[in-house]
Amino acid sequence: MGNVPATVKHCLSYEQLVQDFPWLAHWLQEEKHALTHEYPEYVKIVEVGPRDGLQNEKEMVPTGVKIRLIDMLSETGLPVIEATSFVSSKWVPQMADHTEVLQGIQKHSHVRYPVLTPNMHGFKDAVAAGATEVAVFGSASETFSLKNINCSIDESMLRFQEIICSAKQQQIPVRGYVSCALGCPYEGHLEPTKVAEVVKRLYELGCYEVSLGDTIGVGTPGSMAKMLHTVMKEVPHSALAVHCHDTHGQALANILTALQVTALEMGICVVDSSVAGLGGCPYAHGASGNVSTEDVLYMLHGIGVRTGVDLSKVILAGDFICEALNRKTNSKVAQARGECW
Amino acid sequence: MAAVIRFVHRSTFSCRMGHQCLSSSCSAAVPKSVQVGSSAWKALPERVKIVEVGPRDGLQNEKTVVPTEVKIHLIDMLSEAGLPVIEATSFVSPKWVPQMADQVEVMKGIRRRPGVAYPVLTPNLKGFQEAVKAGAAEVAIFGAASELFSKKNINCSVEESLQRFEEVTKAAKEAGVPVRGYVSCVLGCPYEGKVSPDKVAQVAKRLYSMGCYEISLGDTTGVGTPGGMTEMLEVVSREVPVTALAVHCHDTYGQALANILIALQMGVSVVDSSVAGLGGCPYAQGASGNVATEDVVYMLHGLGIQTGVDLTKVMDAGAFICRSLNRKTSSKVAQASCKL
Repeated sequence: MGNVPATVKHCLSYEQLVQDFPWLAHWLQEEKHALTHEYPEYVKIVEVGPRDGLQNEKEMVPTGVKIRLIDMLSETGLPVIEATSFVSSKWVPQMADHTEVLQGIQKHSHVRYPVLTPNMHGFKDAVAAGATEVAVFGSASETFSLKNINCSIDESMLRFQEIICSAKQQQIPVRGYVSCALGCPYEGHLEPTKVAEVVKRLYELGCYEVSLGDTIGVGTPGSMAKMLHTVMKEVPHSALAVHCHDTHGQALANILTALQVTALEMGICVVDSSVAGLGGCPYAHGASGNVSTEDVLYMLHGIGVRTGVDLSKVILAGDFICEALNRKTNSKVAQARGECW
Repeated sequence: MAAVIRFVHRSTFSCRMGHQCLSSSCSAAVPKSVQVGSSAWKALPERVKIVEVGPRDGLQNEKTVVPTEVKIHLIDMLSEAGLPVIEATSFVSPKWVPQMADQVEVMKGIRRRPGVAYPVLTPNLKGFQEAVKAGAAEVAIFGAASELFSKKNINCSVEESLQRFEEVTKAAKEAGVPVRGYVSCVLGCPYEGKVSPDKVAQVAKRLYSMGCYEISLGDTTGVGTPGGMTEMLEVVSREVPVTALAVHCHDTYGQALANILIALQMGVSVVDSSVAGLGGCPYAQGASGNVATEDVVYMLHGLGIQTGVDLTKVMDAGAFICRSLNRKTSSKVAQASCKL
């Protein structure tokens, strides 16, 4: 904008930036805003980078790096960090070191470390490895369910029921995921009632929380609002989370929509995100996937929502993993605070 | 009016397993009071006008100097995409902005589509006169809400710049040429930091009073979030009718679409954007700048809002200019549609 002379160049390392513009540090911390009443006071961030993020990265990440990443994230104030996945290493080689990772991380008392468990076998391995929380992954789309986990929605629910029953006996909380909540790469648009049905089933089986995933990032604020409105007729808002992909750049707008409290409905207050936006979209080569934790935090803090998370420490964790993966961050906040090239 | 809700209690969260989970879940409190103004899912405009700034604001901030015929072809492609307003070029001194040195050739070379406006930037009376001579039928002037930014950007104080602009708007009025006003740094300044919404409102009001038919509010460094956007728009819309306001969001911190959504919820129905997200942020190396038209249109169409724009044709124009610039698109929609 404007006639900016080409000679204006600012070399902005994060530290420099904060030094020169102290107001920015204030903005990056939790800034109270007069209009916080439109949104929840507090939003829980569920960090999925080490699992969902890394699972979709091409580079195989050494166990030591995964552990270090999780340890760095544990220092940021993030309340939940999805650590790994107890799936067969035949299907997901990236997660083959699940036991070593779970046993190698420094578990902070105020942080939870759920792990994915697609079946009883995985669940037993997870418990044996010390897992204290697990997650199960359903789908609102039949075709996606068949292609992704090799069974129908009904069959998957039977599997999950087994896991949840066993988890209940061992006092292990179970989180549910529903993918394709705003669209399926095979079936296209899905009716919100169909999504609500699957969410309700997981909730009634015993999941304490169900995360609604916009798997291919096709959702927009309109479809997000409609879907949530329908789902919230079946499941209380406090048991819901949103897991937005940024494939079409819509993630933050969709998250904002989900959080907004209206005269008729409460807002969602749990958001999944991935440090540095790790994890591309497997359905569109070169496209982005998970929304970055840094960008979500920046927005939430800007609207006066508390998260308990230190953005600058998340940026550092993002820097670390990007260097290890030899890739650029997908986070715009991390890009903006700039490196001198 | 915003709904007023007070969250009173933080409820500990009893999970379905029958035992207390960690209480760091959401504050699922009962609202103390809810004032239902025009809230609920705030009514969005039925139609949004997209002001395409790629050929001017976008290219101006690209390092590679673009040949005149490439600029002309880009504008022609954008005209075919249904965009109602395309900022074509800038009548500033080529000494300052070499990218826009071919301003006259561009103006004369483009195929003007009926019903499409092609405003050009005119920083002063001289620029205005040259623009009119070259066939401009609409012009734009650029103020700032920050004194320091004004000094560094256009070498004078905000007041001095407004006096210059008065000359332009006076001449434009006499010539029957509409004038669009821009205010930069509305949500933060790279030099001054936080900018007071009152200052933004003051400058916007001056531009509006001197005859600008529309005021585009620019988040120049993209630092704004929906919180700041809400506050700023509330103050500005007391001085300038919301129907005469536009938002010009930068995506430097990834906040642009969220900020635009909030603006729409507050009644704004004009959005500036740049094809392929052309135009980096000059204040942070490697950071992104203008929000991509493709991503904005995707969101608006997804919301059922009419724009008159053909997204596929915008993507074609974006692909063309990126090839010419030998750079990747900054539009996520464009990236996603590229399946190898």
